[in-house]
Amino acid sequence: MNKWIDKKSFIALLKDGMHIMVGGFLTCGTPEPLIDWIVESQVKDLTIICNDAGYPEKGVGKLLLHHQVKKLIVTHIGTNPNAGKLMSEKEIEVELIPQGTFVEQIRAYAGRLGGILSPTGIHTPVEEGKEIITIKGVPYILSEPIGADLALICAYQSDEKGNLIYKGSARNFNPTMAMAGDTVIACVEKRVQDIDPEHVITPHPFIDYLVEVSS
Amino acid sequence: MMDPKEFIARRVAKELKPGYLVNLGIGIPTMVANYIPQDSDIYLQSENGIVGLGPLASNEEVCVHLTNPSGQFATVKKHAAFFDSALSFIMIRGGHLDVTVLGTLEVDEEGSLASWIIPGKLVPGMGGSMDLVEGAKRVIIATTHTNKGIPKIKKRCSLPLTGYRKVDLIVTELCVIEVKDDGLHLIERHPDVSIEEIIQQTEATLIIDQVKIMEV
Repeated sequence: MNKWIDKKSFIALLKDGMHIMVGGFLTCGTPEPLIDWIVESQVKDLTIICNDAGYPEKGVGKLLLHHQVKKLIVTHIGTNPNAGKLMSEKEIEVELIPQGTFVEQIRAYAGRLGGILSPTGIHTPVEEGKEIITIKGVPYILSEPIGADLALICAYQSDEKGNLIYKGSARNFNPTMAMAGDTVIACVEKRVQDIDPEHVITPHPFIDYLVEVSS
Repeated sequence: MMDPKEFIARRVAKELKPGYLVNLGIGIPTMVANYIPQDSDIYLQSENGIVGLGPLASNEEVCVHLTNPSGQFATVKKHAAFFDSALSFIMIRGGHLDVTVLGTLEVDEEGSLASWIIPGKLVPGMGGSMDLVEGAKRVIIATTHTNKGIPKIKKRCSLPLTGYRKVDLIVTELCVIEVKDDGLHLIERHPDVSIEEIIQQTEATLIIDQVKIMEV
């Protein structure tokens, strides 16, 4: 099966109201071309699951700028004043989650676990509305899995099948999110013939579609 | 007098020992890296997936795939490693960090800190801070003593907490405070600052026995 798609086929996958997971940490490792195509598609009422809100005109910040977002599920919005503004104007809802819990919730969905127990945030507002479960005398906060209709991944190299490797700190949330989207699209910088099996980070069965950055 | 933030960063750097794995937060904590000798056996862990974070990249060194947790282009040192965020937080919660250095809005007599939200005003979010204070063996707060004259070291934090009873040491431009079960112990003061001046600028009760002079 040929997984390589172009802009038109990518836009055809988008719908209003979708939950979309986006890789990256302060936009390093964020698939910017795919964000640009979402802007072009004009889909709206999106729930965006990403580590942070990026910057006003970079990363998922672009989707906020074009009023395409209904809800953000993130760990941090401090670098994007526009996110704070839209939140206080009640245009968007923002759910803030500790980063280590956030990534495990995504991994839980990927492996179809029922949730995760973390000690992080005990005796803080993170507890609010959550169930506390005590195991061997230690209290943990129960958090449910986080999945998405689409996961948008940024990779450094892909072979023909979609085996992926990442580069530097651009790896961050990408390998976990690549396992947690109902449909997973990887935007890759370099399309190569082969990747040494010892070096593959995300194996190809997780990847549904591939986009080459230059396209 | 030395710039107060530089003074704090230099004093915190003295807490870091060879062989330590250390995570530095944003702001004054980031400056601590400037005072760690390059050839030291101290490794910086960066929650975006790096052990062995180095200085900021020069124009020639910039790689768009390599940033520090503040999003600036950075470098790595010899024996560095890259990994994903799930692994990064397993390293953090799993107790592998010897020290985490964080800034804060408030810290209190119980060693609780509040640093991620001022309800109705500023909502940056907690990012990785809650996991860092949960998992690190030692939590050091690096902060100016007051926020424009308003004490940051409180009897009880008034803002929503980042962590409950997590702080071990507080370093400000005026003094060093150790958090123990019975409260906050003033253990060092700036050479030009009296104990009375420190008490005046601190809301929390300070336990005072032997107070040394801060050295950077």
